[in-house]
Parts: sequence; structure tokens; C-alpha cells
Amino acid sequence: MKTKIIVAVFILFAVLHQDSWNWDNSDLIMGFMPVGLFYHATYSIMAAVFWALVMKFAWPTRLEKWADGQDV
Amino acid sequence: MQSIIVIAIYLGLLLGLALFSKTFFRGTSKDYFVASHSIGPFMLLMSVFGTTMTAFALVGSTGKAFQRGVGTYGLMASSSGLIHAACFFFIGIKLWAIGKRHGYVTQIQFFRGRFESSTFGYLLFPILVLLVIPYLLIGVIGSYRVLGPLSRGLFPGMGMPDGSLPPWLIGLVICGVVLTYIFAGGSRAAAWANTFQTIVFMIMGVLAFTLISKGLGGLQAAIEQANPAHLVRTPSEIEVVTKEGTFLREVGVPPLMFLTYMFIPLSVGMFPHLFQHWLTARSAQAFKLTVIAHPICIMIVWVPCVLIGLWATGGFVEGNEAFAKPPLAFLKGLPDASVGAVLSLTLKGLVANPIVVGLVTAGILAAIMSSLDSQFLCLGTMFTNDIVLHNAKRKYTDNQILLIARGFVVGIVLITFILSLALREVQNVFDLAIWSFSGFAALTPLVIAALYWRRATRAGAYACVISVTVTWLIFFVVSGFGGEYTFGGGIKPVAIMWLVGAVAMIAGSLATKPPSDETVAKFFP
Repeated sequence: MKTKIIVAVFILFAVLHQDSWNWDNSDLIMGFMPVGLFYHATYSIMAAVFWALVMKFAWPTRLEKWADGQDV
Repeated sequence: MQSIIVIAIYLGLLLGLALFSKTFFRGTSKDYFVASHSIGPFMLLMSVFGTTMTAFALVGSTGKAFQRGVGTYGLMASSSGLIHAACFFFIGIKLWAIGKRHGYVTQIQFFRGRFESSTFGYLLFPILVLLVIPYLLIGVIGSYRVLGPLSRGLFPGMGMPDGSLPPWLIGLVICGVVLTYIFAGGSRAAAWANTFQTIVFMIMGVLAFTLISKGLGGLQAAIEQANPAHLVRTPSEIEVVTKEGTFLREVGVPPLMFLTYMFIPLSVGMFPHLFQHWLTARSAQAFKLTVIAHPICIMIVWVPCVLIGLWATGGFVEGNEAFAKPPLAFLKGLPDASVGAVLSLTLKGLVANPIVVGLVTAGILAAIMSSLDSQFLCLGTMFTNDIVLHNAKRKYTDNQILLIARGFVVGIVLITFILSLALREVQNVFDLAIWSFSGFAALTPLVIAALYWRRATRAGAYACVISVTVTWLIFFVVSGFGGEYTFGGGIKPVAIMWLVGAVAMIAGSLATKPPSDETVAKFFP
């Protein structure tokens, strides 16, 4: 179940990466950052948050035990 | 000249650090190849990030943003933040578990075991070497693009018309420094040097960004003078007048190119040096920091570089005084193959203090060298373990094993050095890197199937590797041996190569007998 959720969120991220609505938008955020760059920089931060959550809630403990030679 | 002295001091410091790491070297081939058993989470993050970034990040991203505009960040950086971490999580952790359970050290050992074929290693090794060489080339060519413009006029008696340092000397020094510390301390020296260099290039990148923006009148003034066509992803064309004639440069990113570029970050799933990190890490927990912090580290390096590239397009805006004098006036006539020099030229033109210029340039070289060392070392490890020692009839002493590994590394460095001199004028650093990454990315169906599909067989693995290699070679030749190449309105060849590899893997596996129960039990807990 956890893996399915991770894969679903991953696909959502992949779709959001295409941000077609920013294609010809040259607005500047905070006066110096083109919106197309600002969006993707924020995307990088959100990707880090996503993977932090994955590490916290979906860490493969069973695999870790198997690697250490324990019964799983 | 002060800048060059600062760079020389930096290289000396680096050598000192690496030679100090030698005091921890136990003198065994095992310690030389896999000191990563003792590498903690922070050093692993710095090592993995530093190796992945290379000249491609600092020199390539600035040049590509100058060439294509704001879409450069989305093309590689944000997608890498998502996909690299996914590879670390879905591929890296599982490989670590298998490596730990069964004692695998290299990529080829793992595939030989999984696909029950010793011969498969002999097929895969030369292909991996073929794909690593462009990766190495971008580092050495990147150093020419950085140190050439910086030393212009300072060394009039050394045979270059503009009085710059000759490329052969730059390449010799960079390769020589990297070789020295790999020889001295093996993988431990590489990890230490990588950590030091990654910290240096991240700090210096931010410093360059701050000083260049100041030189252009602040962040707001800097972006306002950029060419508007570069601030959007909509494709357009601008006229570039070079010494060789006038040509039209395509600016922006076609939607299909933006979409299919997403295959390229998959390459980390097949990089041999990352495989080695995964297979030999002391603990899976060590990867947690890398998975989480990798997207942030990419952002810290790429956002400033892309912005500098955008600012440099101010040279195309008529009447922009900041770009009227040399060396910035030169930006307007920069051919596509030389856009890697944008960062160096901008730095030299806008930052007056030569010591600061030297420090920032040292940071760029740090990014370059932190990639070269791991690649060289990894190839030496694979050659020794997977080709020479695999099924060897005679017994080698530890000293002989070290000698073989080092000898192979010298051979690869020599090939890289010669090729870099031959190709230095014709290839864009960013585009050459993309060819290397595309090849590795197209091979990821192999590792995904090996880890997640019990039915994947030896025949499928052979079909996958052979079909990807043939497709890669065809596209590479059609592209003019490493230039930017798309077809069908912007489709990157990597998308086709990946699909071909995946179909070949599936078809080859389904057409043959499933792997033995013993193999399935060994690799699927």
C-alpha cells in the first residue's frame, strides 16, 4: 500500500513538472526571479519534502533486516 | 596572474588533504577499492552529489541557460531532484541489501549473479567504459573552457595566439592532480577530496552569483537587462554573429524536448560509481540524508548558475552598456560549442578582484575534479575485479592487484586526455554530458527488471544491452558525434533508446526459460 502511494505521488510530481501554464510567462517573482525558474526551484524543495516523508513513513525495514541476515 | 596563483594554491591544498588521507590507508586492495564501508551519511551525500554534478552543473548549466534560457533548470535540475532520489530509494537501497547479503562490490558482479552469466560481464564492461568516457571528457574540456579565458594574455610565450594557458598544460595539471590523490589513497582519498571539493564549489558558486549580480547593479537590474526571449520557454530564434559567420540560435524549449528530457536523470540508476556506493555502504541508513538533501543541493548550485546564464544574455540586447566592452562584448558572438565559457567570461568581466576570481575558478575546478576521481577509481576497480581477477587461473598478490588497478586508471586518463584535446573546440560541455547520461539512462530497464521482475532472464539482459548500445551509437553518429540532437519536434533520443531497451528486456525474457528457483530465491527476499 505504501509503495503504491509513493508511486502515485511520484507520478503526480512528474505531471506537475510539465507546468505548461508557465511556458510563455515572463513575470518576475520578487523582482528578480523569472516565474518559470521560481516554480521549478520550489518544485525542488517540495521534492525534498516528499522524499523526507517517504524516508519517515515508508522506510524498508524488512529489507534492512534481510540484508543483515535476519529472518523476515 | 594572482588568480592563477590562487588556483595553484588550491590545487596544492587539495593534494595535501589527499596525501594526509594516505596515512589512514591500510595498504590492502580492499581498502583501496571500497573504503566506502567506513563513509558516513554526510560524506556520502557530498561524495554522491559532487560526483554527479561535475562541469555539467556549473559550466554547462550557465552555458545552456545562456543558450536556451530559463527552461534549462526544468530540463535537468528539478527533474533530477525527483528522479535521482527515486533511484536512490527504489534501486539503491535494494542493491545495498543484496550487496550486503551476497558480498557484491561492483555493478558487473551483481548482474553476473542475477542473470547467471559470466560472459555478460565481458559484454557490459566495455559498454560502461564507452559511456563513462564522455562523462570524463566533459570534466577535462570544462577545465579548458574555464582556465583558457581566465588566463588570456598572461602566458604570451606558450604557443596560444591569445596568450592563454595551452589546453594540454591545463589538462595535464588537472588529470595529474586527480591521479596523484587516487594513487595515494584510493577510494578514501577520493571521498575526502570529494567532500572538500563539493563544499568549496557550493560556496564559491554562491560567491560568484553574489559578485556577478553586484557587478550588474543588483539582482533586479541584472535580470531586467537579460534578453526577454530567454525568460520564457517558448521556442524562438536569435541571430548570432560570430567570426565564422552569422547563424540563428534556437532559444526556449519545445514541449516534447522538455517532456523527454525527464528520462535523462534516470542515468544515476546505472552509473557504475553509484552502484559501487550502493553495494558497499556500511548501512542503508547512510542513504537517508542523500535521498532528502540531494534535491536541495541541486537547487543551491543550479539556480544561481541559470540566473548568471540569463543575465549574460544581456549582450544580445541592443544598447546594453554593461556588455559593450571586452570580455563581455565577446558573449554576443559566442558559438554554441563555446557557451561553456560564459561563466568564466562573465566572472572576469564583472569581478575586478583577481583573488576572488581565482577562488571562484578554483571552485569550478573543484566541481570538475570531484567527478573525475570517482569515475577513474570505479573503472579501475571494475577492470581489476571483473575482468582480470574474475575466473583468473593464477593467484595475484595484493600489490599486483593494486598495480593492475592503477595501470588501468592511467590508461583511461591518457585516453581521456588525448580525446579532450581533439574534441575541445567542437563540443558543448552540456550536450556531451547528455549523451553519456542518455546511454546510462537507457540501460535502466536492465537494473529495474533485475531488481523487480522475477521473470527477467539472461537473454532479456543481453537483448536490452545490445539494443540500447546499437541505438545509442546510431543516434550518436547522426548527431555529429555528441552535438545537441532531437527529432519529431523536440523528442530526445534517450526516450526512444529507453523504450527499445525496455521492449528488448521484456521480449527477450518472455521468449526464454525463467531463471532458476535458486537465483530467484537469492535476489527476491
